[in-house]
Amino acid sequence: MTHYSFLPSPIARRSFLWNSGVSLGSMALASLGGKPASNAAPPSKGLSAPRGMLSPLHHSPRAKRIIWLYMAGGMSHLETFDDKPSLRKRDGEPMPESITAGQQIAQLQGQQLKVLAPQHRFLPWGSSGLRISEIWPMLGEYCADEMCMVHSLFTEAINHDPAHTFMNTGTMNAGRPAAGSWLWYGLGSDADNLPGFVVMVSTGKWGQKQPIAARQWHSGFLPSKYQGVEFRGTGDPVLYLSNPSGVSAKQQRDVVDAVQKLNQIEDNIVADPEIATRISQYELAFKMQTAIPELKDFADEPEHILNLYGTTGGDGSFASNCLLARRLAERGVRFIQLYHRDWDHHGAVKEHSAGTAAEVDRGVAALIVDLKQRGLLDDTIIVFGSEFGRTPMAQGNGRDHHLAGFTMWFAGGGFKGGTSYGATDEFGYRAVENRTSVHDVHATLLHLMGIDHHRFSVKSQGLDSRLTGVEPARVVNEILA
Amino acid sequence: MLKLRLFVCAFMLIPLVVTTTLVATEEIPAEIEFNRDIRPLLSDHCFACHGPDKNKREADLRLDTEVGILGGDESSGIVKPGEPEASELWNRVSTDDFLLKMPPTDFGKDLSPRDLKLLKRWIEQGAKWEGHWSFEPIRRPDIPAVTAAHPIDAFIVAELETEGLKPSAPAEKETLIRRVTFDLTGLPPTPDEVAAFLDDDSDVAYERVVDRLLASPRYGERMAMWWLDLVRYADSVGYHGDQPVSVFAFREYVIDSFNRNKPFDQFTLEQLAGDLLPEPTTEQLIASGYNRLGMMSAEGGVQPKEYLAKYIAERVRNLGGTWLGATLGCCECHDHKYDPFTMKDFYSLEAFFADIEEHGLYSGAHATGAWGPQIKLPSAAQQQELARLQQEIADATTTLKTPTPELDQAQNEWESSFPRWTPLTPATFSAANGSQLTLQDDASLLASGPRPDTETYTVVIENPPAGVSAIRLDVLPDESLPAKGAGRADGGNFVLSEFAVNVSASGESPTESVTLQNASASYEQPHPEDKGTPGKFSATASIDGDKDGATPGWAIQEKVTEPQHAVFEPVNDLAGGEGVTWTITLNQNYSSAGHLIGRFRIQTTSAARPVEAFIGGAAIETIVFTPSGQRTTEQVEALAAYYRSVSPLLDPVRAHLAQVEKARNDLDQALPTTLITKSVEPRMVRILPRGNWMDDKGDPLAPAFPGILPQGESTSSSRMTRVDLANWITSAENPLTARVFANRMWKLFFGAGLSRRIDDLGAQGEWPSHPQLLDYLAGRFIDSGWNVKQLVKEIVMSRAYRQTSLVDPTLRELDPANRLLARQGRFRFDAETVRDNALAVSGLLVEEVGGPSVKPYQPPGYWAYLNFPAREWQNSSGAELYRRGLYTHWQRQYLHPSLLAFDAPSREECTAERSRSNTPLQSLVLLNDPSYVEASRAFAESIIRQGGTSTHERLDWAFHRALSRSIRPQEREVLEELFASHLSEYQADQESAKQLISVGNHQDSDEVDAAELAAWTNVARTIFNLHEFITRN
Repeated sequence: MTHYSFLPSPIARRSFLWNSGVSLGSMALASLGGKPASNAAPPSKGLSAPRGMLSPLHHSPRAKRIIWLYMAGGMSHLETFDDKPSLRKRDGEPMPESITAGQQIAQLQGQQLKVLAPQHRFLPWGSSGLRISEIWPMLGEYCADEMCMVHSLFTEAINHDPAHTFMNTGTMNAGRPAAGSWLWYGLGSDADNLPGFVVMVSTGKWGQKQPIAARQWHSGFLPSKYQGVEFRGTGDPVLYLSNPSGVSAKQQRDVVDAVQKLNQIEDNIVADPEIATRISQYELAFKMQTAIPELKDFADEPEHILNLYGTTGGDGSFASNCLLARRLAERGVRFIQLYHRDWDHHGAVKEHSAGTAAEVDRGVAALIVDLKQRGLLDDTIIVFGSEFGRTPMAQGNGRDHHLAGFTMWFAGGGFKGGTSYGATDEFGYRAVENRTSVHDVHATLLHLMGIDHHRFSVKSQGLDSRLTGVEPARVVNEILA
Repeated sequence: MLKLRLFVCAFMLIPLVVTTTLVATEEIPAEIEFNRDIRPLLSDHCFACHGPDKNKREADLRLDTEVGILGGDESSGIVKPGEPEASELWNRVSTDDFLLKMPPTDFGKDLSPRDLKLLKRWIEQGAKWEGHWSFEPIRRPDIPAVTAAHPIDAFIVAELETEGLKPSAPAEKETLIRRVTFDLTGLPPTPDEVAAFLDDDSDVAYERVVDRLLASPRYGERMAMWWLDLVRYADSVGYHGDQPVSVFAFREYVIDSFNRNKPFDQFTLEQLAGDLLPEPTTEQLIASGYNRLGMMSAEGGVQPKEYLAKYIAERVRNLGGTWLGATLGCCECHDHKYDPFTMKDFYSLEAFFADIEEHGLYSGAHATGAWGPQIKLPSAAQQQELARLQQEIADATTTLKTPTPELDQAQNEWESSFPRWTPLTPATFSAANGSQLTLQDDASLLASGPRPDTETYTVVIENPPAGVSAIRLDVLPDESLPAKGAGRADGGNFVLSEFAVNVSASGESPTESVTLQNASASYEQPHPEDKGTPGKFSATASIDGDKDGATPGWAIQEKVTEPQHAVFEPVNDLAGGEGVTWTITLNQNYSSAGHLIGRFRIQTTSAARPVEAFIGGAAIETIVFTPSGQRTTEQVEALAAYYRSVSPLLDPVRAHLAQVEKARNDLDQALPTTLITKSVEPRMVRILPRGNWMDDKGDPLAPAFPGILPQGESTSSSRMTRVDLANWITSAENPLTARVFANRMWKLFFGAGLSRRIDDLGAQGEWPSHPQLLDYLAGRFIDSGWNVKQLVKEIVMSRAYRQTSLVDPTLRELDPANRLLARQGRFRFDAETVRDNALAVSGLLVEEVGGPSVKPYQPPGYWAYLNFPAREWQNSSGAELYRRGLYTHWQRQYLHPSLLAFDAPSREECTAERSRSNTPLQSLVLLNDPSYVEASRAFAESIIRQGGTSTHERLDWAFHRALSRSIRPQEREVLEELFASHLSEYQADQESAKQLISVGNHQDSDEVDAAELAAWTNVARTIFNLHEFITRN
């Protein structure tokens, strides 16, 4: 093998490493032997954390991270955030055919279409007087002035699975990256011991438990290292995170050390840049093995914070996930997505929407208040919404899936708080004023993160593929502060 | 001098390039080639507005055609060959005037200075235009006249020589046998195979290895791993509930086809159109399952038409991805932006698939598993058992049909025991609520006139016979009644709420109510809630003294058009005779209005009790009551057959038959199934404007091939079929199929294709590094009769394949992406191979071809978000835990996390290229997944048992087994130290040692010391985590 001795030294080849700012030796040895960094402060700006493919950014960003609170199942806009007094008066009347003729319809196919009045009172909240239904007392009380509601969303898919895929990836077809993967890929992550895109799922007890496919956080045609990582409520917090039984932390470290040394020996001989990457990934894996359990342990949270969220953690609840989301945000994770899987209210929409809202209200309000008091809300975007809304028409005493108009709201990082934008028609059926597409939402979020959605593309299937697709999409400047 | 292409390649190490980070170099080649240098930049910068999509074309100018650029009969071009300054194209791209400049600034994709130089020089050199390379006919290029042992090498060496380079040295023999064994079988060579190869100095030593590997059943499995990605094979339906679906026979078909070296044109035909072949074999039907491998939905609320549009469009995308290397998906909504494919092409291709029987919504399939047409696939043993059961059923059935003297005798007795009934003619009759009753010739009463919601009929019988042991109520169908039934409800039914008899001994005597018992009927309408007796609609319900209640009364919905009867026994024989009067009331007040009896009759008997209704039907009863001498032959036979069906003499035979039939049905239910294609009348396929499935305004289309490609010949003048489609794909004139296939084979054996965009040979694809070589291989492939093994062998026999993958810094700098092929590739194994390798080295691997998918260890709760139904993965047991990765249950929404971590695709769509990532999750899998820990301890056990006695020897043995090479002294040092420290730790902590060596189901032998085994397990884990262990080099 001597005839390869003219190869460049391992140090010279290190420049292939994505986290090239960190010297390998110090990286490997410090974390293998040392204790994990347990500080929970936001990473300082000077650190040479791994960066993304967009460097420099297209423009100065307003926000650094996104927490997407995903109300899976299809939250009824009419019971929650879209106040429709006009609909209240028409309870039980037939829906005018002029509105529904030729429109897509899901489970109500072939049935008589009758109006169901909104089932909850709406009240003005905060100094902005934002109208939110009574089932959100905490959110109304503490956060109304932070919220920027868009009432004019519409989507293209009427069934859960494709509608989720459309909301997350901008297309109904499988195989495209989720928004979180795009952002991690484009911006990198400020967390050096955690994935840049974390997903958590909680399940409520009111609506149908609709499935959620892992496709929703898949990296599609981006490198799979940008796939969202699910933090699980039970079992290993991340798959395969725990050492095998009978292997102590020290022994696991010995094994990783030996792997690293042998890989280094091999690299010295064959000079393959992939080996250096492999070494750094074992390093990161080992760091995750300590950082994630520490992250999930709320022992360092003061009692008033636990009281604020109403959780002591470890129960996989939405509130517990909200507190985890704050801890992830503090550690520099780029994109945090929380699914609450409970909003498919085909029946008893009155009781069920109240029940599900009660599962969510406190956690989301606590998260916003907590981020704000830490100064993190300024550069953290909160996204709150569903894959679609629900029909103004009754399905028994519930509502069916609905794609023509629904509400999402945003808070923090660059959004105008205490405002509403856009509107549905008098039935709450169709977005008519300032219509806002899912692609517009994506464009706006990218914009706030410092990215021009037109210019953020990756070649796939011969196209410059974008999160915002090929149809025109626009940044909704009107809702930005 | 190094030329341009190396610089282009340098920035395409991975096929993902963010447009904003593109870096250009100033150097450009001396000789411009249109397809290599100019077409890609026109495609990327101009085609979006001046390309194939007529709806987006600006200024009626297209730069994707020769006429558009150079002009033709009717138009002048925008390029004047040799004269850049006189060419509008040059002027518009080089101007500083932002109003004139192309591409416009807001397009966001400026031409780089280098692009401009290329364009200018191209015009200067005469602006030679070429059609897009992959749409041009496949040439049969001359083999370059250079010194090379193999035609493939001639093409490569010729290219290298122009760069002043030479191929690398041959790989070490250990490396070569490891490489070719993995490449052809997906498994490592055994130490014996390595040793044999090292010892074989003959010229044909290597070829012998290649032939052995190509003949191994493992070869088909390895090739299938790749093909199954393309045809999106999976074990679940993908949409919504992602329910399981049985198609594993298709996987077996693919493996067998590669192993038997089925010609690729035949392989293509069977998959696309196996069901349309004359008298298709089971194998061809299984192959036709290809068309049914797409995703399906059982989600309530699915709009069937929308999903039918999704399913059929996916088939066209898959066809393009699998065979044509064309990104046809773009054309679902608009003409292709870069390639000359149109929306009409897309929907015309859809029309080929319009005859496939399918549903948009597989309603209820989440519970029933009914995902459309399928066939059953009994094994040989199952087939035998089925035949045996069938024979037993036939035998028993024959016995039941065969008359015997004993049966005749029994039948006579049975007939004579039949009660004889006498009709009673009513003296008076009435209906309380307005129905009109009319007496008929047969003593029955027929209702007509108004139909009240409820009714009570009263019938008075005077001077009835004495000694009556049972009363019979006949209900008779009549032409005048609804549905020609016996009742007056719309469906011909009735509900007899209460039947009552009152007796008066003489005109003056008080009326006495008769207690009735033992009600029975010739037929009683069943109700799903009936559990035990009496049923809601039983005759018993008509004498329960309860006019409403939970049991409404006798009804006969399913058999309203046949005469039926109910029989009631009075507790004591009824008094009769002169002066006696019976008053019979039929109360009918069912909650659903109008359920009244339409025609009825009263009969009596004095036969011995118990008297029961006859359930054999009116026809048989009629025969019984016909004197035997007057019966026709048919009647005699019908009665005998009926009697045999109820004769107690045959009870044992019937019981046996029921048992055998159940066994047959159980076996039939348990038979493996697979989805197949079933051809039906083709449904209408139209262009869907903008892909909108609700828009019915588009033109209906017949099947047709894309206009830009050679059309070939249809086998018939009528509507073309999937057979025509398959034949067109593999016609010798099709320029894409063979190129796509050869390019992908090249990737399997070098790590990258000759054109590295494996999924797209169109304008946005990549100009091949060796276009002539690609044509040579594609041409050979066609000319060999689409012989896959021959193509594979030709590639792996080349010197290029056999050279080392080690690279010196000069060459790396010159050609970082190895476009010149002056060395072999180094790349990580595919997900399945990562697993298979560990299992093979550990000795746990179970080598067995085919069968249903298996479920190796998966973390509990991983399927928590699946629903309809909610599910938990059940780990397999025994041998099924140790099957190759390609047999792992492929759950589209939640693919096994170990496979997923190593970039196995979900197979929701055609996947031509897996990414090859390098992530921390991969490290966690190899470190902690029980499958790898278990394999490590099994490997540890063989190290101890077979690897000699000293640590030194054992480490050496372990390296030979795992990496096919000797251990290096430095490496030995690291592992000796690890072993020593862990041995002493586990000796001090036996409990932990036992825990580690108990991970997984594998039983280790008790003879090995626990601490020693645990320490070696960690050594084995270290080896299984090495980069080299998961790398093909």
